[in-house]
Amino acid sequence: MDMILQQVINGIVIGSVYALTAMGAALVYGILRILDLANAAAYAMGAYAGLFLYAATGNVMLAFAGALLLTALFGLVIQKYLYVPVLDRPPIVPLIASIGLFIFVQDLLRLIAGPHIREFQVRIPFGEIKTESLTVNSTWIFIIALAAVLLLFLWYILTRTRIGLAWRATAQDLETAKAMGVNVNRVVALNYLLGYSFAAAAGIMVSMLYNSVYPTMGDVPAYKMLAIIVLGGLGNPVGTVAAALLIGLVETLVAGYVGFFLPRDAIAFVVLIIVLLLKPEGLMSKTVK
Amino acid sequence: MYELVVSINIGIFILLALSLNIITGYSGQPTLGHAAFFGIGAYTGAVITTKMGLSFWLALPLSGIVAGVIGALLGLVSQRVRNDFLAVTTIGINFVTVAVFQYVPFFGASFGMSVKKPVFMGHDMTNLEFFVLIAVLIVLVCLLCVRIQNSWIGLALGGIRNNEAAAAAMGIDVNRFRVIAFTIGTTIAGVAGSVYAHYMTFIYSSDFAFVTSISILSMVVVGGMGTIRGAVAGAVILGVLPELFRFVSDYRMLIYGGLLTLMMRFQPEGLLGNNSLLWNGISSVLSRAGISPGSRETKEGAADQ
Repeated sequence: MDMILQQVINGIVIGSVYALTAMGAALVYGILRILDLANAAAYAMGAYAGLFLYAATGNVMLAFAGALLLTALFGLVIQKYLYVPVLDRPPIVPLIASIGLFIFVQDLLRLIAGPHIREFQVRIPFGEIKTESLTVNSTWIFIIALAAVLLLFLWYILTRTRIGLAWRATAQDLETAKAMGVNVNRVVALNYLLGYSFAAAAGIMVSMLYNSVYPTMGDVPAYKMLAIIVLGGLGNPVGTVAAALLIGLVETLVAGYVGFFLPRDAIAFVVLIIVLLLKPEGLMSKTVK
Repeated sequence: MYELVVSINIGIFILLALSLNIITGYSGQPTLGHAAFFGIGAYTGAVITTKMGLSFWLALPLSGIVAGVIGALLGLVSQRVRNDFLAVTTIGINFVTVAVFQYVPFFGASFGMSVKKPVFMGHDMTNLEFFVLIAVLIVLVCLLCVRIQNSWIGLALGGIRNNEAAAAAMGIDVNRFRVIAFTIGTTIAGVAGSVYAHYMTFIYSSDFAFVTSISILSMVVVGGMGTIRGAVAGAVILGVLPELFRFVSDYRMLIYGGLLTLMMRFQPEGLLGNNSLLWNGISSVLSRAGISPGSRETKEGAADQ
C-alpha cells in the first residue's frame, strides 16, 4: 500500500514537470494553432542556464529566476522575429521553422557546453518528509511546490487579469478578437514569455530530479509534450495539466508494476495512440473543437 | 573509390527525399519520422536475407511492402488528428521504432545487426553495381512522381495541400488520399532502407534515429517542397556539403537547423521550389532563351499550338 503511495507521489512529481513542459506549447497552440517544437529547446536551454547560474551563485531560487528570465527573453525575441512574420503562411511553415530552431539550439548547447552529461546536484534548504515506510524527498517537495505556484500564477493571469481575458478571447476566435480591438501581438508575446519560462523551469526540475543535464535532453519532451497537448484537448490549459498528471502517473505505475518491454518514454506514445483511436478530439476538449 | 561511396550515400538520400516529398510536399503532411520507415525497410531486408537466407531481390520489394503496410496503418491512425499533429505521432513513431530495434534481442539489440552482401550474377555485389541499382531506383521513383503529379491523385493532393476544407467540399476524400500518399512514401523509404542495409552490411538502430529524419526533411525543405527537382537538389546539396567542407559535418545539426529556420522565415518555397526566387529567375532566363522550363502550363500551351 505504502509502495503504491510512494509510486503515486513519484508520478505526481513527474506529471507536474510534464505539465510545465507542455503548457507553453499548449498555450501557443491554443491561440495560434501552430505547434511550437522550439519549446523543447527552451527546456534544455533553461536547464543549462540554471546549471551555470547555480554553479555561479549557489542559490537555487536565484538560478531559477535567472534561467526563467533568460529563456523568457529568448521566447520574446523568436516570437517577434520568427513566428509572427510567418503566421499567414500554411501551418507547416512555422512548424518546420520551430523544428529547425529546436535542432539549432540543441546543437548550439552541445558546442558551448560539450556533449557529455553534466551533474546537477542541488542543496534544497529544507529536509525530507519521512514516515516509517514513506519518504518524500526534499527535491520532490520543492518541485511540486514550485510547479503549483507557477500553475496558480498562470491560472490567476488567465482568469483574473485584462490580458488574460484578451488571451481567452483570442483563443476562442483570433479574427474576432482582433476586430474587437484586442492587441493580439501582446497576447502572443505574453504567451511566449510565460510558455518559455515554464519550459525552462521544467528543464531545471528534471535536471535536479535525475541529476543530469545534456544537450539532447529536449528530444523526449518534444514529442511527449505534444502527446500531452493532444490528450489535454489541444490547447486547453486545465486539460493540459490533467493530461500531464495522467501521463506521469500511468508511466510510473506501468513501469513500476506491470512492466513494459519498451523504455518508459514510449508509454506516453502508446497511451496517445489508444486515446486517438477511442477519442480523437482529446480527453478534455470543451474550449476547442 | 571515394566518389562512388559518396554518390551511393547521396543516391540513398535522394530516394528518401523523393519519398518524403510525396508525403510532405505533395499532400502537405509534415512527418518527422521518415527514418523509422527507412529503418523498418533496412531491418526487414536484413531479417529476410541474413536470418531467413532468402534472396536480396526478393527482400527488396518485401521490405518496401512491410514498411508500406506499417506506414498505411500508422497513417490511418494519424488521420484521426489535425494535420499538424501528424508531426507528433511521427516523432513518436520514430522513437518507438528505434527503441524496438535497440531493445529487442531478435534485432541484435544495441549490438546492431550484420547483413550478408547480396550475390549478383554469381559474385558479391560490387559498389558499382549498387550505384547502378540506386540510379535505376531513382529513375523509377522520379517516373512514379511525375505520374502522380499528372494523375488524378496528384491533383487531389494539390487541392488538399492548398485548401483542405475546399478540397473536402469538392468531394475529395481527404483522408483516403493522404493515406495513399503516406503509403507510397513509406514503401519507397522501405526499399531504400533495404538497399542501405545490404550496401552497408551492418546496421545500428541509431542509423534510423530522429536526426536522420531531420536530415531528410532538411533536404526536401532546402531544395523546395513539392517538386522533384527540389528533393533531388536538396539531397545533393546537403549530401555534398559535408564532403566539401570538413567543418560542415562537425556542425551538421547546427547548419541543418539554421537552414530549416531561415528557409521557412525567408524562402519557404525552398531553393528550387515553384515561385522561389532562384527558380523564377531560372525560368525567366530559360523562357527568354526560348526553352520551356518544363512546367505543365507551358508544356500544355506548346501542345495546343
